[in-house]
Order: sequence, then C-alpha cells, then structure tokens
Amino acid sequence: MSFLDLDEFLFDLAEQVEIVFSPVASDIKTYPEGVDLCLVEGAVANADNLELALQVRRRTAVVVSFGDCAVTANVPGLRNLITPGGRDSAMAALQRSYLELADSQAQIPVAPGVVPELLPRVLPLHEVIPVDVYLPGCPPSAARIRACLEPMLRGERPRLEGPEMLRFG
Amino acid sequence: MSVITLSIDGQPVAVPAGSSLLQAVRAAGIRLPTLCHLDGLSPVGACRLCLVQVEGVSRLLPACASEASEGLQVQTDTPELREYRRMAVELFFAEGNHECAYCVANGDCELQDVAVTVGMDHSRFPYRWPNRSVDASHPLFSLDHNRCILCTRCVRVCDEIEAAHVWDVAERGAHCRIIAGLDQPWGEVDACTHCGKCVDVCPTGALFHKADGTAEKHPDRERAQHLRRARDQHEWQHR
Repeated sequence: MSFLDLDEFLFDLAEQVEIVFSPVASDIKTYPEGVDLCLVEGAVANADNLELALQVRRRTAVVVSFGDCAVTANVPGLRNLITPGGRDSAMAALQRSYLELADSQAQIPVAPGVVPELLPRVLPLHEVIPVDVYLPGCPPSAARIRACLEPMLRGERPRLEGPEMLRFG
Repeated sequence: MSVITLSIDGQPVAVPAGSSLLQAVRAAGIRLPTLCHLDGLSPVGACRLCLVQVEGVSRLLPACASEASEGLQVQTDTPELREYRRMAVELFFAEGNHECAYCVANGDCELQDVAVTVGMDHSRFPYRWPNRSVDASHPLFSLDHNRCILCTRCVRVCDEIEAAHVWDVAERGAHCRIIAGLDQPWGEVDACTHCGKCVDVCPTGALFHKADGTAEKHPDRERAQHLRRARDQHEWQHR
C-alpha cells in the first residue's frame, strides 16, 4: 500500500520498468528468469516463502529486502518468542491456535502441497539468502521507496543514510 | 582550577582536571553516540558506544568512564571504531526483541537514533529471540524486558537522584535483567515512590506509562540532570 503512495511517480516508473512478477500487480504464478530487480517484503515464515526466496535469489540480479518484516522479521517474528530462542515455535503456535483455543473440531490443518508447512523459526530475508539492498520501515514511506528506486533505475546502488531513510518502525 | 590539555582527533582541547574523556570530546565539539551515559548520573561504560582510541593504549576505552589526562592523543572516528560501534548496535537489536513498529518509544527511541547514526540498515547477527516477560504490576508504569538494553539508567537515577534504590541488575550474561526490589513484581515494592524518573530516563520503550500506546512515549531524559544541578547549586534552599 505504501508503494501506491508513490502517486504520479508510478507513471514514470511504469515507463521504465516491466513488472514480471507480483502477488498484487500481475497474475503470473511462476517467477521468471533474468529479473533485474526484486523488492521482497515479509519475513520468511513457511516452506513456500523459503522456496520462493531461493528462487528469487537464483533468478534476480539485485534483491532488495523491503520493509521491517523482511529486514528484521518484525511482527511475524513474534511467533519465535513462544519458545526459547524461537526453536520449534511452529508447533507451539499451531497447538495454541488450533487446539487450545479451538471452540470445536480442534485439529491442526495438514494438507501437503496445499497448506505450506511453517518453518520452526520465522527469519529475516538475509538469514536465508544474500541481500543486496536493505530498505527498512514499517512501512517504508513513499519518499524512502522513491529514494531507493531512483538510483537503481540509473544503474546505481542507493546509499540510504539518516533518519528519513534508515529508521525502523 | 587546574586545567589539562589533550588532543582530540588532532584538535587541541583544554578541560578542567578530573573531566572524563567524553567531556573532553564534547568540549572539542565532537558528538559521540552514547546510550548508557546520561548527564547527571554516574558513568558506567556499559554500552561501549563511546569507545575511543588513545595513542599508546592497546585496548579501546569507553570515553564516559575514562579520565582525561595531560597530553593524551585521542581518536574518536576511525574505521575500526565505526565498525565496532555499528557491531554493538547490531548486537543490541539481535539480543533482545525490538519490534519497533509497535513500540511505545517508536520515533522517540535512543536505540533507534544510534542505529541511524551508525548507519545500521540490518543486523548481521542472527536474532536470539529470547523469551522475556512484561511486568505490569505497577499501578502507573510497566516494564517490558523485551525492550531493555541494560543501560542501567533506571538503576542509577533511582539510586542517585531519587534515593529509593528500587532497581538492580540480576543474573549474568544472556540471563542478565533489571529487577525491582528483591526480584519482586514492581507493584509490590514498597520502596518505589511512583516518581517516574526511571521512566523518564529510559532510552528505549522498556519503561513506560501504562496509558501510552504505540509511538506515544515522551520521556524527559534531561530530568536527572536538572535535579542534580538544582541540588548541587541549592536552588531549592529557603532564603
């Protein structure tokens, strides 16, 4: 949603880029080869997230860790607090939500291939794949996103400095 | 008053004898990041952010807890110091649970401020995700151990300014934490005067007013300094 706050800059952006994969802006299900830039948001919480992250890294020149959830694991990472050090927090979370708090028909959902399995710990993106650029913020403001994108459109790496560009939260 | 002269980043500085290196650095107009240090409270050198290099001394020294002496050659901004400072801040984030997005101190947090100062855009260290508790037993305030960086400002302000000594540090290493009274729920400690000085000087969202929601904390970090000065200069004495 913060990305949409870029307003008229989105028109400039649309002229310079082709969106080849996006959960909201395109209906393509397979991550293509030879991608120049990918903004990855969200923490890595389940097997599908992990698989896509690895695929993104293999097929992308520049990977941006986009927003606090990707950079720090942030709110999704709170699941890790249930168990010491986050170990096996998946089973603890499932048990709490689907068994202990169930009103009726208590059962943990198991549907291999349909419901992705939770990873034991929720991880920030860079603990799973090498990341090229970090864009913190919850969410990063439109100004910050633009300041990050503009140098990259010119083929340069952005240098994010100061409270306007770096602050978490 | 005797004066000593020393060199900070090649710049000669004169300070009163007994000054700390931090005071000398500030007298030279250089800003060093600090977290555990607070004017008005005794120095402890806990956060290691104000580390400096002194010529002829092999280890790095915390400027707040080191005394300035005649002829010292001090460096405050070398690549090595910058690297260690950033590392220290990354470790602060990695060892606790700092979800800034919904912290009471979001936007008014000294830990966030130093992260920006040292240019930290992510932590290179894996997060520890410790299982820490929240103490909401006090009628006015709460303590969230998830946010605490063990700077001990609360411990010192309560002991040195309020003279109630409610706070202490218990355990060691990864289990180290702030405790109230004899490791009691804060609300059950009779010695607490409900003055809120600890809340005012906390650099993060660890100590906060119960009514505060996300990004609502407005601490008064100069309060300890004002009280110390008023006391030292007898500003409250009846004439």
